[in-house]
Amino acid sequence: MTLSEMNAGDKAIVTRVVADGELKQRLFSLGLHKGSHLQIKATSIAKSTMEIEVGSTLLALRFEEAKSIGVQRA
Amino acid sequence: MNELIIALVGQPNVGKSMLINSIADARLKVGNFSGVTVEKAEVQFMAQERFIKIIDLPGTYSLNEYTQDERVTKDFLENEHYDLIINVVDATNLERNLYLTTQLLELGKKMIVALNMMDEAHKEGICIDHEQLSSILGVPCIKVSAATKRGIGKLLNRAIDVSLFPFEKSKLIYSDVVEEEILHLEGFLSGKHYKSALDYRDLALKLLQNDRGIYQKMHDEPLWVELSPLLKEALEHLYLHHETKDVSEIFAQERAAFAKGAVTETVTCKKSVSLNITEKIDTLLIHQFFGIPIFIFLMWGLFQLTFELGSIPMDWIDAFFGALGNYAKTIFGEGELGSLIADGAISGVGAVVMFLPNIVILFFGIALLETTGYMARVAFLLDGFFHRFGLHGKSFIPLVTGFGCSVPAYMSARTLKNDKDRLITLFIIGFMSCGAKLPVYVLFAGAFFAENNAGNVLFLIYIAGALIGLIAAKFLKVFVFKGVDEPFVMEMPKYRLPSLKLIWHTVVTKAVMYLKKAGTFILGASMLVWFASNYPKYPSLEERYDQKIELASSDEEKVTLSNEKAQRLLEKSFLGMLGKSTDVLFQPIGFDWKMTVALESGLAAKEVVVSTLGVLYALGSDVDEGNEGLIRELQKQIPFASSVSFIIFVMLYLPCMAASVVFMKESGSYKYLVYLFVFTTVIAWGLAFVGYRIALLF
Repeated sequence: MTLSEMNAGDKAIVTRVVADGELKQRLFSLGLHKGSHLQIKATSIAKSTMEIEVGSTLLALRFEEAKSIGVQRA
Repeated sequence: MNELIIALVGQPNVGKSMLINSIADARLKVGNFSGVTVEKAEVQFMAQERFIKIIDLPGTYSLNEYTQDERVTKDFLENEHYDLIINVVDATNLERNLYLTTQLLELGKKMIVALNMMDEAHKEGICIDHEQLSSILGVPCIKVSAATKRGIGKLLNRAIDVSLFPFEKSKLIYSDVVEEEILHLEGFLSGKHYKSALDYRDLALKLLQNDRGIYQKMHDEPLWVELSPLLKEALEHLYLHHETKDVSEIFAQERAAFAKGAVTETVTCKKSVSLNITEKIDTLLIHQFFGIPIFIFLMWGLFQLTFELGSIPMDWIDAFFGALGNYAKTIFGEGELGSLIADGAISGVGAVVMFLPNIVILFFGIALLETTGYMARVAFLLDGFFHRFGLHGKSFIPLVTGFGCSVPAYMSARTLKNDKDRLITLFIIGFMSCGAKLPVYVLFAGAFFAENNAGNVLFLIYIAGALIGLIAAKFLKVFVFKGVDEPFVMEMPKYRLPSLKLIWHTVVTKAVMYLKKAGTFILGASMLVWFASNYPKYPSLEERYDQKIELASSDEEKVTLSNEKAQRLLEKSFLGMLGKSTDVLFQPIGFDWKMTVALESGLAAKEVVVSTLGVLYALGSDVDEGNEGLIRELQKQIPFASSVSFIIFVMLYLPCMAASVVFMKESGSYKYLVYLFVFTTVIAWGLAFVGYRIALLF
């Protein structure tokens, strides 16, 4: 499943990142890569963006981008 | 003399600007990186008989080329001359920060790691064994706190020390798999006695990382024939082990693993307290339903504050410049020179300086939103909304900066990586009414609306401008800039108490920028307007009126006649000619030639609109030519519907000359400036027409 299918409060482990080069690099440098643990903290109204916690970093991303992050419930 | 150039590098939100502020005290110089409009802060001073120059590079999460800021930093680190890197890291978020550190270590430069925010780390119960970390990284790690100014002297001393000793290679160690392949390749290279400027380890590593430059170089070497299959095998091995064929992903994982290892070995008793506070605040501020209303309330509060609180010092400034003008006339006389100085220069600049309080308050608010970390939340909240209009959540930052001044707003649009997203944002920034348009609104809102309503009218003007901007963005997205959207991934920094010093610095920089504009551009423009409105001279006409005035029976008649005289002279001046010749274009939207002239002078700088109106309307009328006199004149001479139309036109037309130049630079082509001119003028005229016709009905 992908990150976009999860809800606020869910915890997950990243299984794969299928983004193109630049987005992928950005996710890596922000600490999101295969094996990282994350938790969805909040979603915005109409589920357009989500806030996730990776390590000790809070990230905001769109549900669209979340589709390119494969996860597994933890 | 010994010179030491230090590059300050770090991820965003690690307190880099606060650190350089603490080092610099008041000596900070703010400029631009050559060729691009990315802010460059640097400080120069003497210490231990050495000339030290510290350059603050833009914050970057990694040495990639994702944004303009990152390109500038990468380019500087790879191509410019410098002696030492100070890598600033956030001690409370070490693991992610070390990712960048691993990349910096591979640059092969002398380096120091500054563990910033140690005071905060202490409060959170984070202990870092900095000596252990130093030995893992192979570079000195110094604990500092930019906020409390602790450790800064030590950091500088250490930097000087390090610069005196020869370079020592860092100890970035990869996983066994990678190390094994490096060893293989190293063995091959040394077996061949290959001559290289790089040492074998670096060469092997660069080959494994698919470094384009190294490949090109090695490709021309005779040993490439034998090296190539070895390399292929090595890479296959890595692919197999990491379950991916993307080398950049492999090394990203390697770096992350190294950072994680380093943190595990050096950080103890970690419990994330402040993230909890941040999370608690977030549950309210980015709440699904309350988040946006809270934001709108905060913005509304900011505008009210700007208007209400700003009006107090404005009165003082108004009185001061009025007195100064009168004083100037006692020195230079009532003649040509006195008029030039008092009516042209002093009243023009006075009209500009008067709005400094408004601008300071607004920029203070924006700086507050930025330094506390709330700005990123706003982007998060609003992306869903902005995305619908073909914009990006990050477009919010340039757009909201546009409320202050279009120049930095155009510049801040560089955080948008996608060209189309950036262009759309650039095109609509002008619709976010900048601080310099504020005087025009304040003047008209004050003159044509009840005093207790003026704040609300002002708020409405800003909101209307923003909404029209959004609709324009959607139009551009659908019809002009079609294409893929930029991905939205951004850090939500921890909430932090704002550093008053940093905010002070930002506000002062902005205020000085605004005043510089007032002192040069606007002073010149207002003198030009004065000249154009006083020349050519018509002595015979003046004489005729003077005779009539002398012959007039009552005082009332005298006043009417002298007003008429001023009026006639103005109509025949250069300015009048210009206004009258283009008046036809503006008649359908209810402008007289004076309004037309004021509007056109606003193309030089928006502040000039008010000073032009001041010269045009207050001239030859009441003695008091300060703000209140002008308001009375406007009320007398401009119908309500025309004032509405004027506000709408000013709200939407082309930004000032300085901003237009920056726009051209940022958009990358002069043809976009032409498009912008046509685009904004058509919209401004059309909507002013609609507004005028509707207002006529009341």
